[in-house]
Amino acid sequence: MSRVEFMQGNAACAEGALAAGCRFFGGYPITPSTEIAETMARRLPKVGGVFISMEDELASIAAVIGAAWTGTRAMTATSGPGFSLMMENIGYAAMTETPCVIVNIQRGGPSTGQPTRAAQGDMLQCRFGSHGDYSTIALTPNSVQEMFDLTVKAFNLANRFRVPTLLMSDEIVGHMRERMAIPDSVDIIPPAPLAEGSLPFEAGDDGVPGFAPFGSGRSIHVTGLTHDERGYPDTTDPEAHDRLVRRLVTKVESARREIADYVVTNPDAETVFVTYGPPSRTVEQVMHTHPDDDIGHLRLRLVWPFPEFALQEFPNAKVFLMPELNMGQMVREVQRHVDQPVISIPKIGGELHTPAELVRILEAHR
Amino acid sequence: MRHEVRFSGYGGQGIILSAVILGRAAALYDNKYAVQTQVYGPEARGGASMGQVVIDDEPILYPVVTDPDIYVIMSQQGFEKYGVWAREDAVMILDADLVRSRPGCRYYEIPATAEAKENLGREIVANIVMMGALVATTGVVSREAIERAVLDSVPKGTEDLNQKALKRGFELGELASTTPP
Amino acid sequence: MIAPDWFREDRLPHIYCAGCGNGTVINCTLAAVEEMGWKRNETVFVSGIGCSSRAPGYILADSLHTTHGRALAFATGVKLARPDLNVVVFTGDGDLAAIGGNHFIHACRRNMDMTVICMNNQIYGMTGGQGSPTTPQGAFSTTTPYGSSEPAFDLAELAVAAGANYVARWTSYHVKELTKAITTGMQTPGFAFIEVRTQCPTNFGRHNKLRQIPDMIEYLRGHAMHVKKYDRLLEEGKPIPEGTFTVGELARRNRPAMGVRR
Repeated sequence: MSRVEFMQGNAACAEGALAAGCRFFGGYPITPSTEIAETMARRLPKVGGVFISMEDELASIAAVIGAAWTGTRAMTATSGPGFSLMMENIGYAAMTETPCVIVNIQRGGPSTGQPTRAAQGDMLQCRFGSHGDYSTIALTPNSVQEMFDLTVKAFNLANRFRVPTLLMSDEIVGHMRERMAIPDSVDIIPPAPLAEGSLPFEAGDDGVPGFAPFGSGRSIHVTGLTHDERGYPDTTDPEAHDRLVRRLVTKVESARREIADYVVTNPDAETVFVTYGPPSRTVEQVMHTHPDDDIGHLRLRLVWPFPEFALQEFPNAKVFLMPELNMGQMVREVQRHVDQPVISIPKIGGELHTPAELVRILEAHR
Repeated sequence: MRHEVRFSGYGGQGIILSAVILGRAAALYDNKYAVQTQVYGPEARGGASMGQVVIDDEPILYPVVTDPDIYVIMSQQGFEKYGVWAREDAVMILDADLVRSRPGCRYYEIPATAEAKENLGREIVANIVMMGALVATTGVVSREAIERAVLDSVPKGTEDLNQKALKRGFELGELASTTPP
Repeated sequence: MIAPDWFREDRLPHIYCAGCGNGTVINCTLAAVEEMGWKRNETVFVSGIGCSSRAPGYILADSLHTTHGRALAFATGVKLARPDLNVVVFTGDGDLAAIGGNHFIHACRRNMDMTVICMNNQIYGMTGGQGSPTTPQGAFSTTTPYGSSEPAFDLAELAVAAGANYVARWTSYHVKELTKAITTGMQTPGFAFIEVRTQCPTNFGRHNKLRQIPDMIEYLRGHAMHVKKYDRLLEEGKPIPEGTFTVGELARRNRPAMGVRR
């Protein structure tokens, strides 16, 4: 059973978080993400959770990480400028292996840019934005239903891998309203507990240490400094840093196949669109109105870690076309994995590519 | 069949809510698909406000309105900004007293604000009168669906008033479609 | 040794310089924790970046050593999510008043139920002695080679103005008074702020003719004046020596607080 609603994407994101057991939200108002905070402010107190409007985005993500260390599922939501402010502490969350969810309803940038218009301009920032080497998981919904579903998924991935997990949506999906279904319950995966006798940052084969939240009597020391398996700073030994950073990156990257989430349409096609987020809907529209044409489509619902093997699902591909709401950010990631030409179709200005625009480009490349 | 409906007026008339109600009617009560979007920005306060809905019998892929076939216009500024380029085979429902211009397409003049103020006693329900006229003239959703969606969306205690406004809208729409301007 | 049960002995040796005042402040804090009878599984120490912020790493309890300036924001998340946990924050003048100034005033305004101990050594110690927002006007540092030209922040007065329920200031010389103040802060629901003027002979003293540890402590003791005496002198219109700072309890009140144990 489920409840059917006509709901806004941002509200669906908040509902997804609540369904996933999120009980802490720290945020700062910023267009076009604010409805997520507003929904959480209204709903969290009624389910025994905590909403707090922090003094800025640096504090928002900090409070979320603090809450997450008590074992509470915690989330924040923001957009471009706020996302930039969060970068240092996103690196801290990666370094300290804090399970938490960060939602970015992307808008036009750089700087203040276009607060009320859509973009996908933070796709590399969400992967590489904080200093140093680490790895993250990023999901890209293209509908209101996916705002719900992928928010739930983000919490589960955050818990499973103990990484800050990013829901990289945008103004179009965040603000649109569609029919969606809220299931009575969703599967929730808690972090694996820290085994008795294990050190706090000692990982098993999957590279993910067990989690002992504050108050559980294990006296965990958590630091953003390079640390050993005990959690104690060890900032000069090259071996200690190498071991830690390799593990932080490998625990996510080695799970690429297992957590990959993409949709393949027309795998025999010679002309293949690669999309994520709402440009996928323009491509679907073009394929719907040109059903006889030889067009393939790879739609990524999970962009990072990048599933390069998905490109092999199109053995006849002669060209890859990538409509993105940016100047061509993910196109490089595709280019480095294929021999065929990869054509960037950037769209800047805040609006989705129209079907007519994609048809024109399609015709030019066949 | 895909319909693209655009609402425009000035901030405070309930333009965005109208778009949400129509989308809700289609998606929840008419077994159709709907995507509602709107223009966010400073113009939503006082200036020309705009909300729009795509309605289809099939799942909606491309979610954005590009070339509406139905317009509901409640201010002259809204007409100038969002209605003036209406294609020839579109249909426009306009509040006769608030919009001076007339489009090149088929249109219906509905005295919604005057009706709301004078006969229903609350100017605020003018948008609901327009919704009734929209449904009566275009049949884009069923009367049952729009009624349920209106009741879902209005403040408690105002249900009767809004139901009355919707019914008046149906009547004004019927009247307008039998008496060409 | 005070509170041996709370020390992570496997973390020794510590990083503090000979003569540093931070160890004294940690001792006083743990003495207060013992007096409160807090348990290890219900107490969390949080800190930012700087010499003072290394303190939680030497304490056997759950501890969160965070990013520069943000300790109070992290601590706010911990405390709101688990109000049954006791939260103690160690911070310094650079961490709290420069990069973290915004979080400081907002944590005071919210009156978040936590005990915040600021080791104010009037210098960025860990990076080698640069001028901070509490470096006295005229004092020398590696970034104020001609003497600081900026007015200094009075952190305790800032906390009072911003709404903290409990505010006190002492120096690392005033061990008994400091321990008592921290204990009182821990007992007071809401935001308890204890500023400790503490010596940094290595990076403050060296540039300001206070190279010897006793000289630095004497300098702190000599410039401290109990707030009651200070107020009396002020009232009587008597002169107050230059460089004087108040010590004692500057606020104890019962404003509404957040994060208090339910």
